[in-house]
Amino acid sequence: MEMSILIAFLAATIVAGTSILLAALGELIAERSGILNLGVEGMMLVGAVTGFLMAIKTGNHWYGLLAAMLAGGLLAALHAFICVTMRGNQVVSGLALTILGTGISGVVGKAYQGVPLSNPFKAVHIPGLADIPVLGPILFRQDALVYCSILIAIIIWYVFYRSRWGLSIRAVGQNPAAADAVGISVSRVRYCCTILGGVLAGMGGAYLSLAYAPSWQENMTAGRGWIAVALVIFALWNPLRAIMGAYLFGGVEALTFRLQIIGISISSFYLAMLPYLLTILVLALVTIRLRQETGTPAALGLAYDREER
Amino acid sequence: MRVPIIEMTGIGKSFPGVIANEDITFKVYGGEIHALLGENGAGKSTLMSILAGLYRPDAGIIKVKGQMVQFHSPRHALASGVGMIYQHLRLVDNLTVAENIALGVSGQGFFLNRIEIEAASQKLSDQFGLDVNPRAKVSQLSLGEQQRVEILKMLYRGCDILILDEPTTVLTPRETRELFKVLRLMTQQGKAIILITHKLNEVKTIADSITVLRRGRVVGSASNQDLTEQDLTRMMVARAISPEKINRQRRQLGNPVLELKNLGVIGDQGHWAIQNASLTIGRGEIVAIAGVAGNGQRELIEAIAGLRPVKSGQITLAGEDISALDVRARLRRGINMVPENRLGMGLVPNLSIMENGILRNYHNKDFYHGIFFDYKRMRDYVNKLVEKYNVQLADINHPVNYLSGGNLQKLLLAREISQAPQVLLASYPVRGLDIASAEAVFTILQEEREKGTAILLVLEDLEDVFRLADRIAVMFNGQINAVLDVQNTDLEQIGSLMLGMSGEKVNGAENQVN
Amino acid sequence: MVLRIRLIKREQESAVARITVPVLSVISALLFGWLFLFIYGAEAGETYLKMYHGALGTSYAFSETLVKAIPLMLAGLAVSLAFRMKLWNIGAEGQLYMGAFAASGIALSWGNQPAWFLITVMLLAGFLAGGLWGLITGVLRARWGVNETITTLLLNYVAILWVDSLVFGPWRDPQSLGFPLTPRFSMNAYLPTLGDSRVHIGLLIALLIAIIFYYLLNYTRWGYEIKVIGESHLAARYAGINVPQNIMLVMLISGGIAGIAGMIEVTGITHRLQSGISPGYGYTAIIVAWLGRLNPFAIIVVAFLMGALLVGGFAAQSSGIPFSIVLILQGSILFFLLAGEIFLKYRLKLSRRAAE
Repeated sequence: MEMSILIAFLAATIVAGTSILLAALGELIAERSGILNLGVEGMMLVGAVTGFLMAIKTGNHWYGLLAAMLAGGLLAALHAFICVTMRGNQVVSGLALTILGTGISGVVGKAYQGVPLSNPFKAVHIPGLADIPVLGPILFRQDALVYCSILIAIIIWYVFYRSRWGLSIRAVGQNPAAADAVGISVSRVRYCCTILGGVLAGMGGAYLSLAYAPSWQENMTAGRGWIAVALVIFALWNPLRAIMGAYLFGGVEALTFRLQIIGISISSFYLAMLPYLLTILVLALVTIRLRQETGTPAALGLAYDREER
Repeated sequence: MRVPIIEMTGIGKSFPGVIANEDITFKVYGGEIHALLGENGAGKSTLMSILAGLYRPDAGIIKVKGQMVQFHSPRHALASGVGMIYQHLRLVDNLTVAENIALGVSGQGFFLNRIEIEAASQKLSDQFGLDVNPRAKVSQLSLGEQQRVEILKMLYRGCDILILDEPTTVLTPRETRELFKVLRLMTQQGKAIILITHKLNEVKTIADSITVLRRGRVVGSASNQDLTEQDLTRMMVARAISPEKINRQRRQLGNPVLELKNLGVIGDQGHWAIQNASLTIGRGEIVAIAGVAGNGQRELIEAIAGLRPVKSGQITLAGEDISALDVRARLRRGINMVPENRLGMGLVPNLSIMENGILRNYHNKDFYHGIFFDYKRMRDYVNKLVEKYNVQLADINHPVNYLSGGNLQKLLLAREISQAPQVLLASYPVRGLDIASAEAVFTILQEEREKGTAILLVLEDLEDVFRLADRIAVMFNGQINAVLDVQNTDLEQIGSLMLGMSGEKVNGAENQVN
Repeated sequence: MVLRIRLIKREQESAVARITVPVLSVISALLFGWLFLFIYGAEAGETYLKMYHGALGTSYAFSETLVKAIPLMLAGLAVSLAFRMKLWNIGAEGQLYMGAFAASGIALSWGNQPAWFLITVMLLAGFLAGGLWGLITGVLRARWGVNETITTLLLNYVAILWVDSLVFGPWRDPQSLGFPLTPRFSMNAYLPTLGDSRVHIGLLIALLIAIIFYYLLNYTRWGYEIKVIGESHLAARYAGINVPQNIMLVMLISGGIAGIAGMIEVTGITHRLQSGISPGYGYTAIIVAWLGRLNPFAIIVVAFLMGALLVGGFAAQSSGIPFSIVLILQGSILFFLLAGEIFLKYRLKLSRRAAE
């Protein structure tokens, strides 16, 4: 009997981690190009509410997903505008957008709180694989977005390390002056990456309202956006490691939930602290020891001004 | 009649207040290494920046491979085969060599075909003897290897004319030899190399042709074998300095105050910026450091002031070893410094003139009423300062950024001098100043000398050196290769020392190396 | 013909822009909020009026505004100190929680001590707890250059979870029917109020700190050093200032004042420690500090306005307008301010160029 509990737990881990994974992948792309986006939480919420509304109005959750991606991307475009064109403070801009996004989603979604979604993303059994004992229920009976998220992570990995775009992105985040010198448009790269980051954050939010819950509730991301930011660092800016990290953090969330049900509530809080504490540890180690070799984009958080040298 | 691969005719370029290039004609032929020689401010970098597409000339024509061209950007120049490698390398250090080479190259599709790029890089590397592993991460390469990666980058983009700006500044002698081997291989295969340099021995070793610039004009151009070292030195520095401009005062040298013994200091890039430097400065004298910028002068001043750690050797002040003391301790003992970086280090941007005026002595009890600033006293202090040294300003409460270059410098000097230092250090004190401001600075420095302060200056212009200095220390490659009395030497001797010729070889004149 | 827009750096910060930009930001935000109210289906003018009345219309409303403003003043001041040195302390929320935790601990353990003693100790405890929380980040940054933005952010969550673990666990009031709160503090631990309203002496503490900050930053040696470090680490070193030490000290004090904000909330308003003791004061404080351009007195005023916004939002909520409208207004004020700030430093230049 314990096995089935474990299997259920692991399956839940993946579900819990998917929303974070999507948002983290987006943040990863943005940070790799040198832009710190602290507006993830707001973009996720905007994505969640937009996706939900669209799904209700059209009855199609895929349209909802698209709308969510658009909404997240739009908000991120504002961030890019402030950070890249206006050379504004990236930290404050991100925070402003989180607050803004939270507010917009609250107002727009007010009337839809608690409204049930008739057609959420449902589990898709992959023929054949879904019947494998143990692994089947865990990995191959998830919904489409779970599979998408992993696919996206792999694609990002591929693009980063095997394509010219990825090369340009990595160069811009590490040494924008060098990239500029070979003719790469630092602004264009940063705009694209930031907006893409918002698109994925919107997706992450939509996952919550269209699959995980599925419903709309004010502030439903409950801090997942911040966990996503932490995850990027924890994964050392590597998309494949982000998958592992997301499920680890998702596991913490799933475990915390189960512990609270059983009644061991205090330890659930300590458990919940773990992801944050671990990330601080990782960040400290990374910074202290091998800054270049472990992937912190050197130009992260710094505006690029060609004249200032 | 061979057609030059590069032909620049009648090139002129001015910036506000200075004529950088005037009526320059410059020809380079395929298959040759052409050295461009000149002092600081001679115009070499400007000329090459024009050729590399960074600037547009105000006048003149450029022909590449016989075709007239007008470059809009470095990329444009590269498309015609002209590439430049700068002193500050533009590589992304967390990427591999192959990735850096492929960066920004367009028209080759979405996918990064590593194997192809690595193969092509390897081929070029072998062809030109570059000996670079395409798979290595740039951060793990030495400076010499990184430089060769930059060359490889250019070659990959089809560069036929390569300009190198002072490439050997950060190289060891062995790396320099390796670089020269590579350059020779490149010219043997038809490429043209233009070498901006001030190192005479290197020029004689490797160059086929040499062009000398001085004050924005071409002084002479010929093939290497037709020019002796003396010729080159003379061309680079020779001019008549009017006798009244030379410091002719018989000075009673005071006791030695500052002493550098075998000083060794590490530079920003991890290499030795200063090696085995020894120098003594006495009370009431001005020692000027002559040398082409980048030979360790900045690091020397910073080390004496306490902003850079002493790696080996010793600095003593009036007999006391101060090598391990911090900035404030040295300040207290009377070492003041006017840095090269005026509005960034010497002065705090965005703070007011008054706030900047007290930057070095803000903890002085006189400025306080208990724990609070006595602004009136502070204002009086700064006002007096500003008045005494004639700093033109509207209001001392304005941000210091409002001041013009000359007044910034006067403020800096005024502040440092007002602390009655034992030793005054100044890096490029008249750089970028108009004549009137420069004169004012000179007068201030001379007055300081009268008071008995020991002064160490880094100066760009040899005329200024001869005007102010009692003794001249020449720096080359991080070492002080000669210290001479201003009256026992001349422009040519100093010039050749600046170019790296060792003291003994020159003129048979006596060298006093302290 | 190509129209080109270029940004040219100004030599001097535009004095005109310094006033017009914040004002225009607020106006733009109100318009932006109008848009969303419209989408929601509410009448904007009516809503704004309701908010205004709810916040400042009656003396009760006014006092409630002050109540909300006090923690914002303290946290805003706390954050502004760090920001002056370009230390991006976004951990005021966590530092506030730690201060609340420490003060509560004292209140719960020593509830029968005399009031003056208790209040003093709680104040100290709140400062120390918040300060140490901030110091963790300070040390990481000063000694190893670890990014303080991320560290403070993550520590926020740790602090919130820490408080939750206490109020859901060992500190939970057995009579609270399972709600995550501690027992009420004894009367000795109540922060004295000013008059009949809920406004407590925390207001005086905030004003005092603002005055101290003003003099500290503008008239003392340390304030001068902070200014120099904030502008240029290079110049600071040149001036002989010990930069790492100051980073740690500033984080300690910044965290400490945010900790006091937590202390006054538990001792002055809630009189117990509970889950969610702060509705994001630490984050709102960043807006306050930024809008107040890091000036202590301006921060007091802006904190008051933000408090009004919050209270107004509650008032609007009772007539059916979602509270989130407040967040929209807050976020967009900050957003427009950021966008407009560039006009302080740069000038817009339009030029026509013949296409090449």
